[in-house]
Amino acid sequence: MADEFLHIENLVKSFNGNTVVKSVNLAFNKGEFVTLLGPSGCGKTTILRMVAGFERPTSGTILVEGKDISPLPPNQRKIGMVFQAYALFPNMNVEDNVGFGLKIGRVPRDEARARVEEMLKLIGLSGYGKRFPFEMSGGQQQRVALARALAPKPKMLLLDEPLSALDAKIRVSLREEIRAIQRELGITTMFVTHDQEEALSISDRIVVLNAGHVEQFGTPFEIYNRPTTRFAATFVGTLNTLAAKVIDPATKSVSIDGQIAIIPSLSSAARSGDAISLTLRPEAISLANGHARDIVLDGTVSEVAFLGAVIRLKVNLGENALHLDTFNDQHSPPPRYDEKVKITFGGSDILVLGD
Amino acid sequence: MKRSKLWAWIILILGALYFLLPLVATLLFSLSIRRGTYSLDAYTNVVQAPAFQQTFTFSLVVGVATIVVGLLIVVPAAYFVRLRAPQLRPIIEFVTLLPLIIPPIILVFGYIRMYNSSSLLPLTNTALGTNILLTLAYVALALPYMYRAVDTGLRTIDVQTLTEAANILGANTLTILVRVIFPNIIVAVLSGAFLTLAIVIGEFTIASLLNRPAFGVYMQNVGANRAFEPAALAVISFVITWIAMGMIQLLARFAPKTAPRTD
Amino acid sequence: MSNNTDSAAANTATPASAGVVLSRSGVFTGVRWGDYLGVAPFLIFAVMFLVVPTLYLVVGAFIGRDGTFTFQNIVDLGTPQIVSSFWISIRISTASALLGSLFGLLIALAIIRGRLPSAIRSTVMTFSGVASNFAGIPLAFAFLSTLGRLGLITVILKTVFGFDMYKAGFNILSFWGLTITYCYFQIPLMILIIAPAIDGLKKEWNEAAATLGATPYQFWRYVGLPILWPNLLGTISLLFANAFGAIATAYALTGSSLNIVPIVLYAQIRGDVLNNPGLGAALALGMIVITAVANVIYLVIRTRAERWLK
Repeated sequence: MADEFLHIENLVKSFNGNTVVKSVNLAFNKGEFVTLLGPSGCGKTTILRMVAGFERPTSGTILVEGKDISPLPPNQRKIGMVFQAYALFPNMNVEDNVGFGLKIGRVPRDEARARVEEMLKLIGLSGYGKRFPFEMSGGQQQRVALARALAPKPKMLLLDEPLSALDAKIRVSLREEIRAIQRELGITTMFVTHDQEEALSISDRIVVLNAGHVEQFGTPFEIYNRPTTRFAATFVGTLNTLAAKVIDPATKSVSIDGQIAIIPSLSSAARSGDAISLTLRPEAISLANGHARDIVLDGTVSEVAFLGAVIRLKVNLGENALHLDTFNDQHSPPPRYDEKVKITFGGSDILVLGD
Repeated sequence: MKRSKLWAWIILILGALYFLLPLVATLLFSLSIRRGTYSLDAYTNVVQAPAFQQTFTFSLVVGVATIVVGLLIVVPAAYFVRLRAPQLRPIIEFVTLLPLIIPPIILVFGYIRMYNSSSLLPLTNTALGTNILLTLAYVALALPYMYRAVDTGLRTIDVQTLTEAANILGANTLTILVRVIFPNIIVAVLSGAFLTLAIVIGEFTIASLLNRPAFGVYMQNVGANRAFEPAALAVISFVITWIAMGMIQLLARFAPKTAPRTD
Repeated sequence: MSNNTDSAAANTATPASAGVVLSRSGVFTGVRWGDYLGVAPFLIFAVMFLVVPTLYLVVGAFIGRDGTFTFQNIVDLGTPQIVSSFWISIRISTASALLGSLFGLLIALAIIRGRLPSAIRSTVMTFSGVASNFAGIPLAFAFLSTLGRLGLITVILKTVFGFDMYKAGFNILSFWGLTITYCYFQIPLMILIIAPAIDGLKKEWNEAAATLGATPYQFWRYVGLPILWPNLLGTISLLFANAFGAIATAYALTGSSLNIVPIVLYAQIRGDVLNNPGLGAALALGMIVITAVANVIYLVIRTRAERWLK
């Protein structure tokens, strides 16, 4: 608790009676990189804009280092922000853009120049100082925007989908760069995205948001492997759902399309004949080539997608169908379409979700 | 945060005063021909004057002629530039800017020098010739607006695909222009036409210097000799302008849109 | 990856569609002259009724009474009467351009950035479209009815407030009278041209400036106005040219009591009041040069400004 930096309590925001943020509570530690992840309209950008001061909370408090910042206008919050569409000032060259916050803050000229130089070096654009934004690529512009946000040494960095406008390749390299710079400076960062892969790869912790409330707040490992809600499980990664029928709660046996399986984690409250659903990640399932785990099921291959390192198969079990991922093995080709296969997974791989 | 800003309202109200007061003043003035009471006498005086009817008809006819001649010149040019001769675009666009750069009084001065009785093409010799010259001058004035309207119309339809489709069905270029392209840009063309009419109908400088009995010249005459009738004329021509511009706004809602090719 | 598929598609496509390609280029060579035929009326018209008449005057400005080449006409523009007419024209055009731009900008900012009800914006824009075409005789009548000796405002000020504008030195037939009248079409023109540029000011620029500590004043000082500046400058020169070439309003308003250049030229065309056709052409040349320079400034600045606001 000693190094708690940002504390959001019972935050609510309504627009014309439409509540988009519903009583959100969050606490960020100092130097932490936290991602707000969710589909569009989940309220993630609204939360970020309330922290920045562009939206006024309907109720609730935002504390930074223990102090309520709600009376402060955006220009007194000492926050650095990077926007999706770069938002560089088109009338200024790179130097002047990066130095803008220093000029406003009346930093002495020599000091400001040194700081700008340092920032350009940090983002790997030394020597680009005299360029204008329209002469640069999207990735370069966004790096300049990052340098501009960081130059006045803000207390906190807000990143509003900064990678969404960029090409796939640049997106990956820039996100690694952003993370490296953030670690180097140790600046507390709030990152907003709808891209789960981005969120998993970059964050210390992730806040999964849905329809204005927090579904889950945890490390990427926790979010992916131990999702606590169905929404968190389906929004982050691919999830198989199998419809099953309880046969005997005592033996923990269920029927999946007529095949019997033993589910160790079956709730003791389940009764014979109950319809239940079992959820599994594709990588938890494998083809039973001689090494069976807890559960083995027969099925027919209905799709083979070769993705490179991984091969994703779709296997029909009857009513149910499963996706499963196997690693590419150059010595044994994958099963073919319509081939009969056996699949297997461990009982502990089944995710138990609340709704 | 979402409140309207006070300064915005102040500016808006000041602006509204500046723009609405002259309209109100003109209207009241036009109704004040009789002492102590409002009446429509100024309007009846104006409308019943034979000169009003003659000049207004004259300007209307010239306006329509301007639109027809203008379209005959502009539509094929805009079509061919868009479809087959894009290398001519800079030239054509420069030409359409010329009437905005050269003041009308300069144009008509040039015409008077160039097409006078002792020239190769002595248009000013006869009334018909001068009327033709007046129409052509108005075509020049309207060129930027008409070209832009037609070009905008062409941009919203897929000219190339329409042309190729008609070609495959055996149509020749003239048929394509008249039966395929023109019907599709008719709304854009009409808004250009109404704008042209609004500009032409009260035009003074060119008509006056060519000695044509146009509505603008008539209005100037009345202005020099009467007190209340000019205000009535001003109201009438404001109403005409509003109708013409209103038609353009109205037409904009009916503009056809096929999927345009993004180029 | 995409390169591969592209070239593969091209490779397979070439043999199969070669015949089509050939016949298509055949059609195109056949029609090429037709293309120019379609553009020909336009070009012939432009040459005969825009380019040549203007050049005719330009050349005429350098031809003396005896039909030989001379600079005398240009030199003669230096007579006090003509110089003063250029001077008053330039003053009126400058004043109405500056005032028109200032108030046009303020109104445009108010309707776009003032968080006014959205219906106001569309009303103002529609009205601007109409009012920017109000230039001419009727506009003069309207201002005579408003600010003339018997105009509504004049009379109200005199009878209700006891203030006689005309005794205080105002006259509709003067520099200020004409300037105020010209603003009636200059302001709407400014609104129409500058509104898209103000729309081009992204909300994120305000927000970025704010997070960097800038006050709204500092945003406009360092970001907003510098971005609009080229557009403003360009539009001011366009408004200048617009006023400089206008005659109908001034003529109907003042008759020939205010000798702006177009009115002098008008009188010259009607009756050779300068007693020298060459001097008339030189006067025209002076007008062409001034409006052309102003317009070229506008066009150049606008093209340069566009690359920013992409």
